[in-house]
Amino acid sequence: MELVIQQLLLGLTNGMVFALIALGYTMVYGILELINFAHGDLFMLASFLALTLVGLFGLGDASGGTLAVGLVGVIVVCALFAAGLNWVVDRVVYKPLRKAPKLAPLVSAIGVSFVFMNLGLFWGGLPMDEFGGGVAPAAPKSFPELLPNINLLGEDATLRVTPKDLLVIVSSLVVMAALFWFVNRTKLGKAMRATAQNPVAARLMGIDVDKVIGATFLIGGALAGFAAVIYSLYINTINFQMGYQNGLYAFTAAVLGGIGNIRGAVLGGLVIGLLRAFSDQFIGAQWQPAILFGTLILILVFRPTGLLGSTAREKV
Amino acid sequence: MSEPLLSLSAVHTSYGNIEALHGIDLVVYPGEIVCLIGANGAGKTTTLMSISGCVKTRSGTIRFDGKDITQMPSDRIVRLGLAQSPEGRKIFPRLTVLENLEMGAFIRDDKAGIAADIERVIALFPILGERRHQAGGTLSGGEQQMLAVGRAMMSRPKLLLLDEPSLGLAPLIVLKIFEVIKTLNAEGTTILLVEQNARMALRHSHRGYVLETGAITMADKADVLLADPRVQAAYLGEGDH
Repeated sequence: MELVIQQLLLGLTNGMVFALIALGYTMVYGILELINFAHGDLFMLASFLALTLVGLFGLGDASGGTLAVGLVGVIVVCALFAAGLNWVVDRVVYKPLRKAPKLAPLVSAIGVSFVFMNLGLFWGGLPMDEFGGGVAPAAPKSFPELLPNINLLGEDATLRVTPKDLLVIVSSLVVMAALFWFVNRTKLGKAMRATAQNPVAARLMGIDVDKVIGATFLIGGALAGFAAVIYSLYINTINFQMGYQNGLYAFTAAVLGGIGNIRGAVLGGLVIGLLRAFSDQFIGAQWQPAILFGTLILILVFRPTGLLGSTAREKV
Repeated sequence: MSEPLLSLSAVHTSYGNIEALHGIDLVVYPGEIVCLIGANGAGKTTTLMSISGCVKTRSGTIRFDGKDITQMPSDRIVRLGLAQSPEGRKIFPRLTVLENLEMGAFIRDDKAGIAADIERVIALFPILGERRHQAGGTLSGGEQQMLAVGRAMMSRPKLLLLDEPSLGLAPLIVLKIFEVIKTLNAEGTTILLVEQNARMALRHSHRGYVLETGAITMADKADVLLADPRVQAAYLGEGDH
């Protein structure tokens, strides 16, 4: 029983991170029908920035209030960095291709993904202690254990809940609640949904669709930046390929939940996280990809639009 | 007569290499209801989409309220006071009726005024009030049309473009829509109406234009067009009712 709950917790924490990344995929897809393949690598770059900042400000040795302020600072800077970079990529790479066939921005996104990955490789070769002194750019970097690795239920308890688990789950829930509030309650959020549903009509309402698209990239990027920091804190190791790996899971989550659907991305992220945890524990880690993608195929066979994909057809 | 609110001169619009409008000249004066009639594919929708900036014109000029709007982006045109209820309604299927109306008022910031205008739309189309929390996509065709017209009113436009507001609707609802058009006009909104239902459109308009394969072939007072044998033969069908 403890084992089930333990895996549930593991699945939830991982799922939250996948959900945060999946939101960036799904929001951009909802508006542009573009799968932004560089999104996972944006997440990776933000985690490299997080490690750099932790090193620069010596947060590895900080504690108490200094550490808390430092962490909030790192989250804010990484979220702003990823938001800005995502926005710049849209303006420079995708925007000139708005009227081009859909394949053009898609292939460009794959290109941006490679550029980012190599930037990560270069970054990993910087002569900083945190990056192993620059000797092995491709090697995984250890991210310092900033939060106390203690069991909140007492060291004798069989079930293990750490401050890191709480941080990931609580902060992700807060961020997602803020996103839902923004999208459902604010004027810009509603304009975003309107633009995703019918861009021509959105223009006819006086909505500056370009600005809405820019805002979407900013928000999706900020979510990835935030996810990068909490994931690095949680998993304590980063490498230049982590964006590709986690991006693939997150993208799968977005498709599973119904790409373009914000609630679907969250649901999909949690489903993927839980599936991973339970299949690793009860079936075997070597079966993980087969089980994940097998589930994806099964769901798409019976619900091609994903779990929460739009089924309400538009009337003519 | 006063300065026209809207004027198109020699407007050419193409899709790729195919020219859809071969030099349209059209004016709408403040306070008028003007209708544009013509067969399917004559270029009626293209004319409205050119005015709203949704398709780019190849040459010619479009002026609205004293400004050249020929190359202006759609959202800026709306801010000048030119709204459109587009072909096929294009309501936002997963926004509620209220949210659809709010989007119609996107360019405005006066919360109280917007709330009052939502009530006004609901007073004109009570069914929208009953369905206010329903997703737009779940509405019937007629209800969606009412929502599209109501949504276009929400920006308080000086000029309202209506593309086929009667298409596919039951006769009673068509009457209702034209009644609202009359009301809006009486309250000071100028209207340019595109219709296949030529008889209905001409009866409710001051002037009319006949569009044939991308060119204006007739332009006159609505009652003159109604009585014209060529218009009767081509667009009004047999018998008068």
